[in-house]
Amino acid sequence: MENYSIYVPRLVTKKEFFAPGHRACIGCGEALAVRLACKALGRSVIIANATGCMEIVSSPLPYTSWRVPWIHTLFENTAAVASGIEAGLKMLMKKGRIAQKEIKVVAMAGDGGTSDIGLQALSGALERGHDFLYLCFDNEAYMNTGIQRSSATPYGASTTTSPAGKMSIGQVTWKKDMPAIAAAHNIPYVATACPSYPFDLMAKVEKGAATSGPAYVHILSVCPTGWRCPTDLTVRIGRLAVETGIFPLYEVENGEYRLNFDFPKLRPVTDYMKLQGRFRHLSEDIIAKIQQRVDKEYAKLKEKAR
Amino acid sequence: MAKKVGIEVSLAVAEAAKLANVDVVAAYPITPQTHIVEHLAELVANGELDAAYIPVESEHSAMSACLGASAVGARTFTATAGQGLELMHEVLYVASSMRLPVVMAVANRALSAPLSVWGDHSDVMAVRDTGWIQIFAENGQEAVDNVLCAFRIGEDPRVLLPVMVHLDGFYLSHMIEPIVFPEPSQVDKFLPLFKYPMPLHPDRPVTMGAFGPPIIYSEAKKAQEVNLEAAREVILQGWDEFGKTFKRYYSPVEQYRSEDAKVLLLTLGSFSETAMTAVDKLRGEGKSVGLVRIRLWRPFPFAELRQAVRNADVLIVLDRAISFGGPGGPVCSEVRSALYGEDKKPKVVGFVGGLGGRDITPAGFEEIVNRGIEISQKGSENEFEIYGVRE
Repeated sequence: MENYSIYVPRLVTKKEFFAPGHRACIGCGEALAVRLACKALGRSVIIANATGCMEIVSSPLPYTSWRVPWIHTLFENTAAVASGIEAGLKMLMKKGRIAQKEIKVVAMAGDGGTSDIGLQALSGALERGHDFLYLCFDNEAYMNTGIQRSSATPYGASTTTSPAGKMSIGQVTWKKDMPAIAAAHNIPYVATACPSYPFDLMAKVEKGAATSGPAYVHILSVCPTGWRCPTDLTVRIGRLAVETGIFPLYEVENGEYRLNFDFPKLRPVTDYMKLQGRFRHLSEDIIAKIQQRVDKEYAKLKEKAR
Repeated sequence: MAKKVGIEVSLAVAEAAKLANVDVVAAYPITPQTHIVEHLAELVANGELDAAYIPVESEHSAMSACLGASAVGARTFTATAGQGLELMHEVLYVASSMRLPVVMAVANRALSAPLSVWGDHSDVMAVRDTGWIQIFAENGQEAVDNVLCAFRIGEDPRVLLPVMVHLDGFYLSHMIEPIVFPEPSQVDKFLPLFKYPMPLHPDRPVTMGAFGPPIIYSEAKKAQEVNLEAAREVILQGWDEFGKTFKRYYSPVEQYRSEDAKVLLLTLGSFSETAMTAVDKLRGEGKSVGLVRIRLWRPFPFAELRQAVRNADVLIVLDRAISFGGPGGPVCSEVRSALYGEDKKPKVVGFVGGLGGRDITPAGFEEIVNRGIEISQKGSENEFEIYGVRE
């Protein structure tokens, strides 16, 4: 760690565009991800934020954590709002009403705002080809309303609306593959990232922002509150998600897959799951089933990235 | 010189948006509004209108894209109808409370179920409390004029509110009417470039749409109400200026042969013109009947309405929407409540009619007037009556 303190400040801006003092929970992986993403995006940006944790923790009127222009309107429409911002800016610049300048339009939402209620608006915006970057901060449930399952909640996780019980293992569906859905729109750039790999995350956000046309970055954000894990293990658990192959880090550039971190041997999924209360109830056969599924999906991804 | 041309009203409304030099149009097709946005797409495709046309995937996204475009300072227009307006519903509140002056034409349509693409006011009445300025047009010319006025009024820095211009689906949207289009140079004078005071821009970062905890939400809503009330003056100034420039005059409540009338009929939208024919006939028969039309639906024209009806004995209100299980049609119930505290006021009788494209002819209005007079004298078992329904 000592070495980091010497060279990191030279690599990463010390400026904070997502200001400290917000109300995120202790150990929030999403706040960390937003902070890093904002560093990568810089000043010349307009952010459209869906309703969700990051909106709620950052903007209790009359306060704001945003040092860049930021708009929140509703839950499911952030990609559409970004479409309007992008089209409006383009037109005003074309007509000379505002100065020509590279202003990146960024939409951000959680997993519910992306893979459930906001999916239609997102699909529309990706299909229309707006020049914008969409960031999904995925903490695998509706954490803002109190840990309800979403289509991004992993199989077997206990949430308040997929509770584990005598007759239930918790979530009975597999996590929706949102990056694949984004990639199926044939957009120029899709990536997965995790704040446990900060340089990788910032590089991808930067790349997505520089892409001409729609870009989508799906960011796994550890949520100690909802995942029932110790607040000092956020970064560790994020790394384990990657090292077990549960959340591989990859990019899809113009249809070409690239695995950013590969491991000669994946760690067993239990290394990741045993640290989290949401999986505590799972029996060995269910864990074996999850292991099998992870192995299979990882092999499929490796095949695509060959 | 301004020329009079025969044109479908939907296309004329699109031409009005073009005259206003809109920057962004985000729209989704829905009958009976579709011709408006089709024509706008065509104008953009042919290079006749320099605007971004966003062919969104739903009305919810149409209004959402309008929010984004308006927030960066672009002049923004859309159009919708019926179900589309309802799908936009929650977004409409955001446009007004965030003070984004989007202008929208609504080709009024009935609501499902059963599915009906035909006209009535169910869609408007469901969005009456969304905080938008709402203006009714009775014919194509008024629709064109009021689209121009809508930009002028909504974008005024004292107002900064979104504006809906209502035109009846099919009865107006699909009619070919003679329209006088103002000269572009005159429109440019009447309608200066839109300058949003605090647009989203990196040079001056602002936070828009922060959430309102209980300690501040009430104040935010009060401010919004004060804002909409204050818009009255600007609306009048806008119409006044429009009249001076283009010689066509508008006011919040308009009257037809009503000054000395004992019996008044009250309508909104295109049915008013049919009602005028009925009034003429009844007057010819020596009956003391007149017509009052509400042009400005929001903010509600309390003073003008009270003034217009105070000398009548009977006021017959025709609604084109039902408030199910309620006190009558929404217009009637608002009119009643506006008059309740008045010392001198007519008896108010409520009718609902013209639902889902059902026509009301001049003879129908005569029937309504006669039945209304009867009810005012003898009373009725019902809170309101539905005209022209088979039972």
